[in-house]
This record gives sequence, structure tokens and C-alpha cells, in this order.
Amino acid sequence: MLIGVLTLLVLASALGVVYAKQRSRTLFVQLNELQQRRDAMNVEWGQLQLELSTWATHSRIEHTARQRLHMVSVDFDQVVIVQP
Amino acid sequence: MTQQVHNPATGFRFALVIGAVVLVSLVLVWRAVDLHVFRKDFLQNQGDARYLRIVPISAHRGMITDRHGEPLAISTPVDSVWVQPADFSEAHQAWPKLARLLQLDLAQLQRKVLARKDREFVYLKRHISPQLAEKVMALGIPGVNLQREYQRYYPAGEVMAHVVGFTDVDDQGQEGLELAYNDWLQGVAGSQRVLKDRLGRVVRYVEQIARPEPGKDLVLSLDQRLQYLAYRELKRAVQQHKARSGSVVVLDVQTGEVLAMVNQPAYNPNNRGQFKGGQTRNRAVTDVFEPGSTVKPFTVTAALESGKFRPTSMIDTAPGRFNIGKAVVRDARNYGRISVATVIKKSSNVGASKIALALPDAALWNVFTRVGFGLTTGSGFPGEAGGLLSHARHWRDIEKATLAFGYGLSVTPLQLTRAYSGLAADGIMRPVSFLRVDEPVQGKRVMPARIARLIRPMLEAVIHDGGTGTRARVTGYSVSGKTGTVKKATAGGYSDDRYIAVFAGFAPASRPRLAMVVTINEPRGKEYYGGQVAAPVFARIMAGALRALNIPPDTAPDTSLKRVALANPVEVTP
Repeated sequence: MLIGVLTLLVLASALGVVYAKQRSRTLFVQLNELQQRRDAMNVEWGQLQLELSTWATHSRIEHTARQRLHMVSVDFDQVVIVQP
Repeated sequence: MTQQVHNPATGFRFALVIGAVVLVSLVLVWRAVDLHVFRKDFLQNQGDARYLRIVPISAHRGMITDRHGEPLAISTPVDSVWVQPADFSEAHQAWPKLARLLQLDLAQLQRKVLARKDREFVYLKRHISPQLAEKVMALGIPGVNLQREYQRYYPAGEVMAHVVGFTDVDDQGQEGLELAYNDWLQGVAGSQRVLKDRLGRVVRYVEQIARPEPGKDLVLSLDQRLQYLAYRELKRAVQQHKARSGSVVVLDVQTGEVLAMVNQPAYNPNNRGQFKGGQTRNRAVTDVFEPGSTVKPFTVTAALESGKFRPTSMIDTAPGRFNIGKAVVRDARNYGRISVATVIKKSSNVGASKIALALPDAALWNVFTRVGFGLTTGSGFPGEAGGLLSHARHWRDIEKATLAFGYGLSVTPLQLTRAYSGLAADGIMRPVSFLRVDEPVQGKRVMPARIARLIRPMLEAVIHDGGTGTRARVTGYSVSGKTGTVKKATAGGYSDDRYIAVFAGFAPASRPRLAMVVTINEPRGKEYYGGQVAAPVFARIMAGALRALNIPPDTAPDTSLKRVALANPVEVTP
């Protein structure tokens, strides 16, 4: 009787191990996929950031403002100070 | 039905067969037990060693940003190609294709791989773009692997190069703040166990052994707008005057933060391998110079502290020459009897010398040491120089006199800026910081507030008509400052045709916010005075910086500045 119960328990725990192993494998595969997606996104983010800072270089902005948009810095006699 | 015959001989043979079978199975069982129990560890290890590999997972280095979060150094992922020579050499018919793709010399590649035949790991090419890496892997050559690494990229390039520094190919800081904060920025690489097949391809990821820890971000105190402004103006001035080098330092008087620090010549940190000696040096903290007339405000500080002098005390500087032993101290011309304030305004060497000789031996040394000359600023910048200030005990009269107008001691531009920030902040000097400071910092009092307030108007007079620094004027703002034209020390004395032009000052004079020092080393044009070469650079950077930081103009309303008061509060329509 006892032996029968123990056998059943051993069997159940063995099946549990199999299930846990299988589950951990699927989860690990999922984790890897997600990590790869995260890495890909990081790569893209880094590249976008670099692109942004390349476009936003101060010298480039200054050049565009002065040459193409004909902007000038304000002369001091044009400044009106508004007192709060 | 045949009768089975009991034959003793048959019985014996039967037992023999049974015995043999049992013996053989016992041997088999023993072998199984032996392999599974007693030699398990050894065999398992041997098996694992043949297909389990531990590969590193690289962690990326933290980002460096300016005080407003603009990126100054970013790590972008790249791939490095490495091979296992054993597997790789079996596939040599694929080598030319790979060499072409990676732009490597085939013969060189062969030599490299063959020379390291017994190694496990040989880099073929480091830091290639992920797109190229994909093409390499598409060739499917056995033994070829990729390793994810990170390459540092500096969007601000030359503008920030000296302060930020750079890293080497292994992502270790080599210069500047990349080196100083290497531990903070650096990530800790993790590792994972993978299953590989005979050709070295990863079949399965088994487990993560250590999680990679990415490096932490670093927020600097620098303001990219001011930095760019300073870079542009300094570069222009150095080119215009054909100078050898130059530096600009801008400090926030209230916090001690470095807002801008630029040097010429500069270099592009994105272009490794093109660095020339001297380009990478952050001269503003590593190079010392004799500060010349720019120390006179501190000489006067000592004079006022002693109680022997007041700003209006008269000093006779006639005839513009002053003999101390065999040496002669000279002024640009004979200023006659002038006040202490005028000594600063006209930058009289004779006046400064006479003041110094009237003071106790240690007075000058005390003030100079308090404002930080001869000691590093404690900024933690790699290679920072402390300058030189010998102890008062060793001073003779001539040394005391020359110290009073800035020879015989040496300082870095950063030290000088910091000393001026002390004057600007009513005598409180704050620790220099390259990192953004968010909370108010405790400063150290280096001179009584009363004296700092007495000296500031003298420095303001330098910019007014008749002073030496009129070209440092900024429209709309009051400026305080001091010019310096320093003869460079050469073998056997001071040079007559090599100078350093210096301007040190702060603005707005009424409520100082920014302290700045401009040094231009060896201007080779017609102009070489601090007031001609360095002061205009100061004015242009200061004008832009004050505007960028939204600091209200403070000059008296008699200028062309229009002021209006809001009659009614502005109504905002929703």
C-alpha cells in the first residue's frame, strides 16, 4: 500500500520535473527572443540619437540660420527689457 | 514424445553458459555503475568541454551628457569578428571572400591565423557595423563568430574633446573624464553558457551565468551652447593671431561648476589613430603659465587685508622704473603718483612691487595660497597640474616684488579662473566640479567679503576708458577683469618676443555669475597684449554666454537700452 503511494508520488514528481523543464525551455527561448528585440531596438535608438545629434550640431544650426534663413543676433539697441 | 535424458554432462554445460552470461552482465553492470557513478564528473566535464561554451555578454558603457542632457559620448553596438583557428583553417577556400568583405589583406590574414593555430580565439576585425556583420555571417564559414561590442561615438567632436576625453578599442577610458570616471561609466560584462556544434555555431542558449550590468550615465556641468561659443571664438582668435595654443575656462561663480572649457589645438575624438602629441592635452588643467598682471588683484587683496593700504592710498611709481638690488622693475610708462586702484587699472608693475615690499613676508603667500595657487583644484581631472608657489621663507625682495605682478609662480587657467570666482562671489571659493551640481555647495571663505567688494570696482575700472581692458566690454553688461601680457620664460631669462596674452574676469560686475579666463599662447601677429588679443575673445564669449543663460543686463539706464514696465498684466486667452 505504502509502496504504491510512494510510486505514484515519484511518478508525479517525475512528471513535474519534465513539465518544469519544458516550461523553462520555452520561457528561455522567449527571453532570448525578447532580448534580441531589445538589442535591436537599442541599436536603432543609438543610431537615431547619433543622427539627431549630427543634425543638431551647433555649427550646422548656426550655418543654416545665418546663411539660409538670414537670421542675425539681436543688436542691443533693439532690445527692450520688460520689467516684471 | 521423446524422453528427456538427464545427462550430467548436459547439466554442467548449462550451468557454465548461465554462469558466463551472468558474469558478462555483471561486468556490464559494473561498467555502467563505474561510468555513471564513479567517473561521472570527469566524463561530464569532458563532454561539456566539447560543446558547452561560456561566452561573454558585453555591457554597454554609460552615456555622457552635458548639463541639459545633450549626448556627448554614446556607445553604439558594433560587432567584432573572431575565429577559432582550428575550424577556420579547414575552410580556407572561403577565406578570399571573407577577406574582401572585411577589407583585409588575404596574405596577412593567413599569417595571422596560422601563427595562432593552437589558440581558441583570434580577432579578425573589430568594430564593424551590424549590417556588415550580418553579411559576414551569411557566408556561413565554419569557425567564424561575432562578438557584440560597443563603440564610443562623440557627437560634439572637437568641441568637447579635451574635457570628455576618449576610450580605447576595449572601451576603457584613456583621457579626460572618460578616464576619471571610468569605473562609474563602465559596464560589467555578463556571461552565458551556450551549446555549440562542431563548427562552432551556437545551437542553444543554456543559461545566463552573470547578468551584464550596463554602465551608469554621467551628467557633466558643461553647457554645450557655451562650450561651442567658447570653442568657436577661441579657434578664431588662435588662427587670427597665429598663436601656438590657447585655452578658455568658464566657471559658474555660485556653484563652482565648469560651464565651458576649451583648448586649441583640438582633435576629433571620433578619429582614433590620428592623434598627435599635445593635441589631446587639456591645457586648461594640465599646463601651467606665469599669470603675470592677472594676480595683481590678489596682491591688492593682501595689501588691503594688512590694513596698511586703502584703495585710495597713494603710491609713487615715478619714474616708471624701480631698482631692487641689481634687478629693475619697469612700467609701460611713467604713471607718477597713483592710487592703489589705479595700480590695477593701469597695471603698474612698479606700484605692485612697492605694495608687496611694504607688506610682511608671508602676506602675499597667504593670500595666494588661500585662493588656490600652488595646489590642485581637486577637480579630479586626470593629469591636473598644481602649479608652483614656493614658500614665503625663501623669498628675497626681488622675488616678493616679481610675485606681486605674477612672475615666479605658475598656475593653470583653471586655477586662475577659480581664484577670480572667489573675488566674484564676495570671497567665497567653491570646489571646482565637472559634474552638474544640483544642490548648493559649501564654499570656503578665502578673503573677507568687504575686501572682495572693494576690489571689484577696481577691476571694473580696467574695462572703462583709460584702463588696459577696454576691449573686454560687453554691451548691456558691466564687466570686471584684468589683463595680463606675460613674457615667456626661456633658457637664461625672459623672452622679449614670446608672450602669453591673458584676460581674467567676471560678469555682470554688479552681481557676478560667470568667471572666465582666456589665455592665448604666443600670438605671432602684430598684437600681443592681453588687452588686444585675449580681451576681445572674453567679450564675445561673455556676451553670448550671458544671453544664453538669460542673465538680465545690468548697465545703467543711460545706455541705449530701453526698459518698459508692464502696465497691465498680460491676459492670456485660453
